[in-house]
Amino acid sequence: MTTTTAPRFNLFWFSSPQTFFPLAGRLIPWFIGLAVILTLIGLYISFAVAPTDATQGESYRIIFIHVPAAWMSMFLYVVMAFWAAMGLAFNTRLSSMMATAIAPTGALMTFLALWTGALWGRPTWGAYWVWDARLTSELILLFLYLGFIALQAAIDDRRRADKAGAVLAIIGVINVPIIYFSVKWWNTLHQGASVSVKGSSMATTMLWGMLIMALAFWMYSIAAVLYRVRTLILEREKRADWVRELAAQGRLK
Amino acid sequence: MTWGGWDAFWSMGGYGLYVWGSYAMVVAVVAIEIWQLKSRRRAADNEVKRESARARSTA
Amino acid sequence: MLNVLLNVIRRDLLLAARQKADVLNTLFFFVVVVTIVPLGIGPEPNLLRSIAPGVVWVAALLAAILSLPRLFANDFADGTLEQMLLSSEPLTLIVLGKAAAHWLVTGLPLTLMSIVFGVAFDIGIEETSVMIVSLLLGTPVLSLIGAVGAALTLGLRGGGVLTSLLVLPLFIPVLIFGAGAVGAAASGVGYAAYLLLLGAFLLFALVLTPWLVGIALRISVE
Repeated sequence: MTTTTAPRFNLFWFSSPQTFFPLAGRLIPWFIGLAVILTLIGLYISFAVAPTDATQGESYRIIFIHVPAAWMSMFLYVVMAFWAAMGLAFNTRLSSMMATAIAPTGALMTFLALWTGALWGRPTWGAYWVWDARLTSELILLFLYLGFIALQAAIDDRRRADKAGAVLAIIGVINVPIIYFSVKWWNTLHQGASVSVKGSSMATTMLWGMLIMALAFWMYSIAAVLYRVRTLILEREKRADWVRELAAQGRLK
Repeated sequence: MTWGGWDAFWSMGGYGLYVWGSYAMVVAVVAIEIWQLKSRRRAADNEVKRESARARSTA
Repeated sequence: MLNVLLNVIRRDLLLAARQKADVLNTLFFFVVVVTIVPLGIGPEPNLLRSIAPGVVWVAALLAAILSLPRLFANDFADGTLEQMLLSSEPLTLIVLGKAAAHWLVTGLPLTLMSIVFGVAFDIGIEETSVMIVSLLLGTPVLSLIGAVGAALTLGLRGGGVLTSLLVLPLFIPVLIFGAGAVGAAASGVGYAAYLLLLGAFLLFALVLTPWLVGIALRISVE
């Protein structure tokens, strides 16, 4: 592997696992720090500042983790599809690794959105599960994540796994809006009751709590994904010289 | 926001189970994810060590 | 160009005719699934009438998924698929031909069979017609989207189940509007929008999927 003397500012400089590995390692603590700080601020606002809701009482406080989880589940899917597409188009291994690294975190966020949604639904609508457009589409999103993970797990050849997953992710990302609107259509025609998550305009403090928690979730997700992609790099490049050198120097951390 | 004491805080106006059940799951998922991240990393580190040993022995 | 398309379709139909069991099994599966649902739910006519569109459509989805491995597996096994990838003819055309042949031996017979179920579930003539049209528009989409799934999972262990998992979420909009069309007809509401949307899905799939299948095939075979 050639190493240049000084990093020219090149878009593809960090697309090499070798250069990205230490960079990610330096970034992770910052994102963890941001996540922790934002979580503390967010929780403070959520529980000590935001007032009791007029209609839902205290049960609405689930919104401070439900909405961030749901936003992240959708955002991460799009980012995952983006990196998968990059990997497919430019044949950069690291892009594909990013997509693979995002999937588990995205799936967990989706699960959290569903779980917290169910626990919020019970006191609010009287049922743990309703077949409303948002919840149902979120469930299908979970299936899309799991399908991506399952497909990549079933293929032994890493490059084929990268590319096949990319095709699936791209199809998924096209389909998610279609699925959402289909389910919305299906839902409004079959059920009279329309469920509105946000309902009337939110108190400013509630909005702030939600936004800050969303940022916290975002910072956490970045940290988790960077950590996972470093592990993926090690798994795939374990025979490379640079890995062995770093390991010998005990500088893999 | 003024809570009428810790009891009121934990009971969340009767919705304690739902609210804390949600937050607890978030904590659990984060804990599980961190554990999964670390254990997979440990396995990778061991793999790298094994590869280095193999390379040295055949060098 | 048309020659290529017709030749691919002709070849696949010929191969299917030699292995009638494959084709008949899919149709048989469809019939069995639709038949056992009332056995599980009870013979109450009004209930059956209301679930009929959903049941027929879900059975159609499952039958379509069941038949997907056939699409490329045989050609992959005997090397024909590689020849298709190397061919000077456009891959999209070949894929379109294969999907068309697949639909002719799975989706089309299934659609025709549904006429019988329209009667069996006693859903009325107009509703049955809408069901047939919805299946005519929807089942090709299933073949096309299914082809992408089949191409991605070519040669993988656990292939069939994996393909189903990947492809079922993508089928959902077709299912919603297909069954929804019949439901709308049954409740006397306008069903044109549903059918038009299904038509739109079909056009969209016709344009987009052959290209995606081509990409997926190259990924799986190389």
